[in-house]
Amino acid sequence: MQTLLGILPDALAYGMVLFTISIGLSIMMGLMRVVNLAHGAFAMIGGYLASFALTSLGVSYPIAILIAVIGTVIVSVPFEFLLYRRIYRRSDELTQILLTIGITFFIVGIANYIFGPTSKPIPLPDLLKGPFDLGLRMIPAHRLFVIGCGVVTAVALWLLIEKTEFGVRLRAAVDNGDMAEALGIRTQIVYSATFALAVGLAAFGGVVGAELLPVEPYYALRYMVTFLVVVSVGGAGSVTGAMAASLLLGLADTTGKYLAPEFGEFFFYVAVIVIVYVFPHGLFGKAH
Amino acid sequence: MVKTLGWLCAAAAISLSVGAAQADTIKVGVIGTMSGPYALFGKNYKMGIDAWVAEHGNTVAGHTVEFVYRDEVSPNPAQSKALAQELIVKEKVQYLAGLYFTPNAMAVAPLLQEAKVPMVVLNAATSSITEKSPYIVRTSFTMFQNTVPAAKVAKQKGAKKVAIAVSDYGPGIDAETAFKKTFETEGGQVVEAIRMPLNTTDFGPIMQRIKNSGADMIFTFLPAGPPTLGFVKAYIDNGLKAGGVKLMSTGDVVTEPDLPNIGEAGLGILSTYHYAVSHDSPENKAFLALLQKGGGKLDEVTMTSVAAYDGARLIYKMIEATGGKSDPDKAIAAVKGMQWVSPRGPVSIDPDTRHITQNVYLREVEKADGKLINKEIDTFKAQPDWGLAKQ
Repeated sequence: MQTLLGILPDALAYGMVLFTISIGLSIMMGLMRVVNLAHGAFAMIGGYLASFALTSLGVSYPIAILIAVIGTVIVSVPFEFLLYRRIYRRSDELTQILLTIGITFFIVGIANYIFGPTSKPIPLPDLLKGPFDLGLRMIPAHRLFVIGCGVVTAVALWLLIEKTEFGVRLRAAVDNGDMAEALGIRTQIVYSATFALAVGLAAFGGVVGAELLPVEPYYALRYMVTFLVVVSVGGAGSVTGAMAASLLLGLADTTGKYLAPEFGEFFFYVAVIVIVYVFPHGLFGKAH
Repeated sequence: MVKTLGWLCAAAAISLSVGAAQADTIKVGVIGTMSGPYALFGKNYKMGIDAWVAEHGNTVAGHTVEFVYRDEVSPNPAQSKALAQELIVKEKVQYLAGLYFTPNAMAVAPLLQEAKVPMVVLNAATSSITEKSPYIVRTSFTMFQNTVPAAKVAKQKGAKKVAIAVSDYGPGIDAETAFKKTFETEGGQVVEAIRMPLNTTDFGPIMQRIKNSGADMIFTFLPAGPPTLGFVKAYIDNGLKAGGVKLMSTGDVVTEPDLPNIGEAGLGILSTYHYAVSHDSPENKAFLALLQKGGGKLDEVTMTSVAAYDGARLIYKMIEATGGKSDPDKAIAAVKGMQWVSPRGPVSIDPDTRHITQNVYLREVEKADGKLINKEIDTFKAQPDWGLAKQ
């Protein structure tokens, strides 16, 4: 029992980090049909911007998050305008993969050149520093914050997609782009806005998750597979699915690390294999 | 046909004369982590070597010495071996130096005897590396060398139950073995020994496990680089530091460039190591001044710069002893038993193990002039490599 209580908060925190970063990718893959391998690269840009804002500009933590999210979206605009726009919902997977992995290498190189190869600190405000006493055990206060961020992101996204005008337009554009256009929905704008949303979420996740996934130039490549796995296990495009997958995989990974650290990521991938074997389209995915 | 032969002879003559002209430049191949997550340490190789060259010039016994750098990037034995081959065959280097990671050094070792090239290991810290070839000398440190004093200090500080957490690869296992053996001989108890995969970034579960084990001290080793910061942070943030669990490590975990990132929460962390940037000696002051003159930043200095500086000293000595000719046996014989005062303190090359014998210092993270430093508080004099030393 004590073991379980020891593991659960860590598992929940790790799962929420995975969720916050991967949900943007899930939206891109599910709704826009773009296998965006550069998703982690945008998360990394967010991390770098936050680090820069906090250490060099000396702004407060919430402002830094804001700068990171908006800054990353601005950085992504030329990529969207020149490159991504050509691959929404049309081109085959190979083109998408070659394009997005190219972008990833490009961003890795640039980050390495500008910020250097060492990992960059994202100093936390005093409120989130240090341990927090749960009564049962101590947990880093930051982990609680991460869990909160994950829950808020999930609820906000669900409301956005299911309950708003934008969500209706988005779903219409996704289900039948031509018909949506014929009905007066400007799909190009909807797609671009969704892209910005996905990138912004990546940046947000990159910043709040930096304690668990430290920001360094190889971030984009190192965690690429992890993010893709979350999406494929959860089912692309499904908020509920991404949440379930993140929590399940977070639990598998953390339990493995606790009980048998020398096995590395073995348990993470065992969980992936089992889930994908039983649910080939992911937990909440639809067959396309 | 005759004409072709004539051309061949001419070509041979030219290549011979070119060969003779080139003999005046002696090339030294340096394999280090020049890019990637560990680039800081490769950069320090260059800073250290440049400092030596700035101090002693680039000619030895009438020969010009040229350092050629190659990028080892990550633990990748096949690539390092290929780089060493390329340096030997194409660049015709007479000496090799560098190697940050143990597996990479191990992969290069078999080439040395065949190519008659001595190698000065500037970092890789598994004891057995120098046993892999008689042409290897090492100016860095070994896990045993730094860990045995750590275990003794742990006992002195009153630790009874220790949890060991090390990176799961050669040096980590050396550190675990060395600590366990020494600490148990001293009468302590090891309650937990965790081997963490090299790519671990989330240390929360490991901290929880250590906490549940009831240990009153953690001993850890991770290779200096991004993960060490995560480990120390997890130790603090999971309440282990506040809960009175002490942290003891080798200096790799608290390298000076990482200290500002660990922050004041790191005050009081103990470590044993062979070099602290704050080491108080005229040699170290002069060395740091040289590094800064060469464009190095004080905040970026790590142990690899000292290893490289002393490594360059050995290479100059070997070139001097052989008169610039390729004679590895003579070269290695010349540095065996060599003694000098390094920026880290008095050192010597053990003639049996070809590893550097040096002081190991106990340090504590302290604040001095608004900066976090590893303050040396105790000295273990002339430590050999306890892993290789005949006992």
